[in-house]
Amino acid sequence: MTPSTTAKWDEFMEGIWKQNPIFVMVLGMCPALAVTVSAVNAISMGIATTFVLTCSCLLVSLMRKMVPKEVRIATYIVIIATFVTAVDYFIQAISLALYDALGAFIQLIVVNCIILGRAEAHASRNPPLVAVSNALGMGAGFTIGLFALGSVREILGNGTLFGFSLFGEHFQPWVIMVLPPGGFFVLGAWLLLFAWFERRKQAIKEAGQHA
Amino acid sequence: MGTVEIRPAPHIRGERTVEKIMLNVVYALLPICLFYVFQYGISALASITVVTGTCLLTERWFVKTGTQSGNLADFSATITGLLLALTLPPGFPLWMGAVAGFVAIALGKGLFGGLGFNVFNPALVGRAFVQAAFPTSIATYTPSFLSGRFFEFIPSSLAWPLMTPASAALWLKEKQIDALAGATPLAKWKFDGVLAEAGDLLTSLAGHMAVGPSPLLILACGAYLAFRRYLDWRIPTAILGGAGVVAWLLFAFNPAYYPNPFFMLFSGGLILGAVFMATDMATSPVTPRGMWLYGGLIGLLTVVIRYYSGLPEGVMYAILIGNAATPLIERITQPAPFGKGVLGRAKKGASYPLHPGYISREEAGAVTPKKRILKNKPKPDERKTPHH
Repeated sequence: MTPSTTAKWDEFMEGIWKQNPIFVMVLGMCPALAVTVSAVNAISMGIATTFVLTCSCLLVSLMRKMVPKEVRIATYIVIIATFVTAVDYFIQAISLALYDALGAFIQLIVVNCIILGRAEAHASRNPPLVAVSNALGMGAGFTIGLFALGSVREILGNGTLFGFSLFGEHFQPWVIMVLPPGGFFVLGAWLLLFAWFERRKQAIKEAGQHA
Repeated sequence: MGTVEIRPAPHIRGERTVEKIMLNVVYALLPICLFYVFQYGISALASITVVTGTCLLTERWFVKTGTQSGNLADFSATITGLLLALTLPPGFPLWMGAVAGFVAIALGKGLFGGLGFNVFNPALVGRAFVQAAFPTSIATYTPSFLSGRFFEFIPSSLAWPLMTPASAALWLKEKQIDALAGATPLAKWKFDGVLAEAGDLLTSLAGHMAVGPSPLLILACGAYLAFRRYLDWRIPTAILGGAGVVAWLLFAFNPAYYPNPFFMLFSGGLILGAVFMATDMATSPVTPRGMWLYGGLIGLLTVVIRYYSGLPEGVMYAILIGNAATPLIERITQPAPFGKGVLGRAKKGASYPLHPGYISREEAGAVTPKKRILKNKPKPDERKTPHH
């Protein structure tokens, strides 16, 4: 790989692991807690957000030298809102059931702080290709995070994954998992797991340095 | 002559250690558990064993992997397990009991930092979790003193992990027992308007009632602990007094609609909660006035939840809310330090009491830096003013 491809690959991986929006930055918690009752909802939400994120970051990056500093936030919001409207209509067109399940949270992508944060902190300072690879990585990381929450909640709360029954008809659903507290519990458990990994890695690194 | 050790207070230490207190609470709980097994037989025994075992295993794992305070030998996890098992229905599926035990220790205690750092009573955290997760199973009670209870499990106990338990109502029907006998006295009052006799409730000895261990026995065991000063008598007194007064006022206001205060006091888990759960040292106030306030709040909330919510029982949520309010209660009930507050004057300035887990800096190995006198101390007028 050429140096510039490697750099773009690094930008992409940044969002998936090192700066994962859900597990590391803990951003975008509103959709992460509200719509992750099933894996399908979680992945659809992740894809919709990734689309909005990538398109807006591309446009913001292309326009970064034209937009005056004073009105940049308003410009970003208009750009983001445009793509959110497109996604809103698109989901409504392909699946009304999904549209009802996601509810107001599709429109609320516009206030998702990951998108504005990326536009402000990254896309407005980088050339289009770099901005797009970063946005794709962030979107993928967000989707993975939502799927991690949604799959656990669907398996425990309903005994299914993507609608397929895993435990047979006698499964006892854990009602709390499809209720709002379940979202907090599962998110907390994932954060705990990641923090534990991080601490272990740190400890091993330190032990290696002392040896 | 020995060396003179110079160290800060306290210089005189009492005999009471955490282990000793906890062990005595376990002693006080054992008769109650035995009575519970006598009432419900082998299912209750299995439930107590599984729940307590899960609590101990979880505690062991946390103590080993984390930087926790406390250890397995201090019996605190045993108490959590026993209390949790006593609050669950006797025929509660064992795997759900294991989930409750794990959540109680992991979420209620381990994640907060272990013994003494928990904000909420761990047993009630576990119960609140399974109440929200498995609302049907936790409301399914069976009558006590069934014949053959020492040899036959309640079928719902033995459900496979993750699977729906067998219906207890069908099992009761096969045994030719009125299914209504399987409801708790509070549920019967709430949903069917049937009021149990206070005398039957007090001893729990009348058959075919879905009741917990006898309130009289619990009070006796609590009295032992209070007498030996292992729990503060103010908290149970305040809870029972608060609940009793509120229930009595409402009863006096409208006897046709509200049940008598004795029914309120002796039904459900109020006595067990007041004596053993609300008095958890880590989650209740340390100031005497705070204890009265805390107890009164729990008593009031219990009656309010029982009367005006969709749930028949409200002790658990009342105690959890009381736990949450404890830091605030301690703040507003600070005692005036000696010499202050004379003639009803301002009582400000009391220091916050030290946390039981407090270790002085010197004990933790910290070295107090010595004051150094700067030789060339800059004079104020020579100091450069920074430009803004």
